[in-house]
Amino acid sequence: MLRRLLAIAGKEVRQLKRDRLTFGMIIGVPLLQILLFGYAIDLDVRNVNAAVADHANTSLSRQVVAAAEASQIVTVTRSAAGPEALEALLDAGEIDAGIYIPHDFERRLIDADRPAGQLLINGSDPTVEGIVRRLSSMPLPGQQQPSKLFEARTYYNPEGRSPVNIVPALIGVILHLTMVLFTAIAIVRERERGNLELLITTPVKSAELMLGKIIPYVLIGLIQVSLILWVSQALFQVPIRGNIIDLYLASVVFILAALALGLLVSTLAKTQFQATQLTIFTFLPSILLSGFMFPFEGMPRIAQWIGEIIPLTHFVRLSRGILVRGADLGELHTEVWPLLAFFGVFLVLATLRFNKRLD
Amino acid sequence: MNDAIAIDAKGLTKRFGSLTAVDDVKLQIPEAAIYGFLGPNGSGKSTTIRMLCGLLTPSAGEVEVLGFRVPGQAEEVKLHIGYMTQKFSLYEDLTVEENLRFLAAVYDLPRSDLKQRIDRALEQYWLTEQRKQFAGTMSGGQKQRLALAGATLHRPRLLILDEPTSAVDPQSRRDFWDILFELVEQGTTVLVSTHYMDEAERCHNLAILDRGRLVAEGRPRDLVRDIAAGVVEIETDSPKQARERLEATEGVHSVAQLGTRLHALTDKTIADPAELIRQALKDADIDSEVENVVANLEDVFVAATRLNDQEGSRADAA
Ligand SMILES: Nc1ncnc2c1ncn2[C@@H]1O[C@H](COP(=O)(O)OP(=O)(O)O)[C@@H](O)[C@H]1O
Ligand SMILES: [Mg+2]
Repeated sequence: MLRRLLAIAGKEVRQLKRDRLTFGMIIGVPLLQILLFGYAIDLDVRNVNAAVADHANTSLSRQVVAAAEASQIVTVTRSAAGPEALEALLDAGEIDAGIYIPHDFERRLIDADRPAGQLLINGSDPTVEGIVRRLSSMPLPGQQQPSKLFEARTYYNPEGRSPVNIVPALIGVILHLTMVLFTAIAIVRERERGNLELLITTPVKSAELMLGKIIPYVLIGLIQVSLILWVSQALFQVPIRGNIIDLYLASVVFILAALALGLLVSTLAKTQFQATQLTIFTFLPSILLSGFMFPFEGMPRIAQWIGEIIPLTHFVRLSRGILVRGADLGELHTEVWPLLAFFGVFLVLATLRFNKRLD
Repeated sequence: MNDAIAIDAKGLTKRFGSLTAVDDVKLQIPEAAIYGFLGPNGSGKSTTIRMLCGLLTPSAGEVEVLGFRVPGQAEEVKLHIGYMTQKFSLYEDLTVEENLRFLAAVYDLPRSDLKQRIDRALEQYWLTEQRKQFAGTMSGGQKQRLALAGATLHRPRLLILDEPTSAVDPQSRRDFWDILFELVEQGTTVLVSTHYMDEAERCHNLAILDRGRLVAEGRPRDLVRDIAAGVVEIETDSPKQARERLEATEGVHSVAQLGTRLHALTDKTIADPAELIRQALKDADIDSEVENVVANLEDVFVAATRLNDQEGSRADAA
């Protein structure tokens, strides 16, 4: 049993190593996506319109405002009388960011526990929100360390989505696409090349074949996760607030679900082209209904129900929870069970459909 | 050779939609002999073989292979069958040795003598030098030997070969058949499909398939002897005219060109077929040399398919 499983897995890895294109895709797809998303996030947002209410009006407070402008994140286009006036400007859409510096600003700076001022942010665009938020820990002029300069207050987007929220979800999106596609193609390719006709005349069991095909891709999926995390940290300073082991465990469970889906796709498709099409067919609802594109809470009830069936939905919650909020897997266990159930059901379906026959 | 039966099939039928690819075939394949399926492309050889291996579910009929019912007990049978598919089905992006090692693991062959077993297979099938070569880069003959090495690695009792020599040069074909006879000597039952007459002649038993039907069965020698037609060989300088003339002659069923000669099949009620032909050609002023000859397998094949035609059209008319 184990021997056959390993033989199939080993063969799969060998073939993969020799298939330059697929091997390239394992690295290329995540890299391309993360760079596209990452730089789209980063480059688009420059010189956000801002207003300043400077009640301290000291040389230091003026330097802070100048430093914020020098970062090119904001451009101060107006000044305001106070926090209410800033809110009014945000409401009116005149500005996307407001900087409020209270009169006791310099005294509050000495108190390390409390932020000295306030940063009001239009959160309706997560991209803008995430970038402007960086100002809240901007180093003080002439210093290197990040400070507790501003308390960030996000408006219009209570759940606080940000690019930091996109990258964790993006891990899931990339995994879904590559994992479903690779497994689906791995089996359909054997059918197309005629290998399957020989393989199913051997004593190999359907389950051995299915699991043997899955194992290498779990490892590949984890390599992809590492790559995405590394790139998004190195280039986009996405934090890892929770335990990285938790994230890997969550990834394994999600990868298994995606692979089982891929196996089922492979039993439905006759050609590699069909397998690709079917994968895209499963990919679209996942992107749209998982909370990756649109906030889950804003979706119609029925879309939410469908969303709950989709593995990506649960993974997005898991990875945002772990990476952004620093939650641990124990707290998030309600998101793990649906993924395991999905894996079980789809693996059984695929194994049943793959009945070692040609008809 | 003994009388034991390796494959026993009754009423074996496979329909794909409205097409009946295999039609009510009855087979009794004896153990430790070479049994041949002879038939043109599309006659249902592969489909029959796939049903015998449990890869396709028959639309009707019963199959017993090595005492196991198929498809019901197909998994048990698979331990004892070696199957060489029509199209090369090992992994082209693995080396010769990797392919064999993979199969060994899949069949769970004992690890203790695995190395010797593979070495011996490589030697026996002249693949030792290709050991590290990717299967996809080998010649037709080498691929075929690798496929056979793979199909026999677990020493199956029944070896099923679907058109094994279609992509192979004549010398390799002869070598290949030598190996088959060795295997049979060791007790293996071989089922082989082909569309080559010379290969069909070497089988111990032969089934002729035509459009899904089994139209003749027996030892090649008996088939040739019992042919239900007179066989006449004609040598002439104007074969085209001779052929036209004979096809219009009463009592002549068919005329086929075999190399430089014509073979005419005549109704079995005609006492001296050569005389009939000679007369017909003389009437048409065609110079020729005509003689009654012993039938060959090609004649058997033509006669059998012609009968199948008639039955077919009679069935259509009804
Ligand atoms: N999976 C299939 N679906 C539909 N028709 C098929 C299928 N397999 C074979 N056929 C048809 O059945 C007939 C017999 O095919 P096959 O058994 O491959 O013949 P052979 O092996 O003698 O060349 C052909 O007409 C072929 O087109
Ligand atoms: Mg065939």
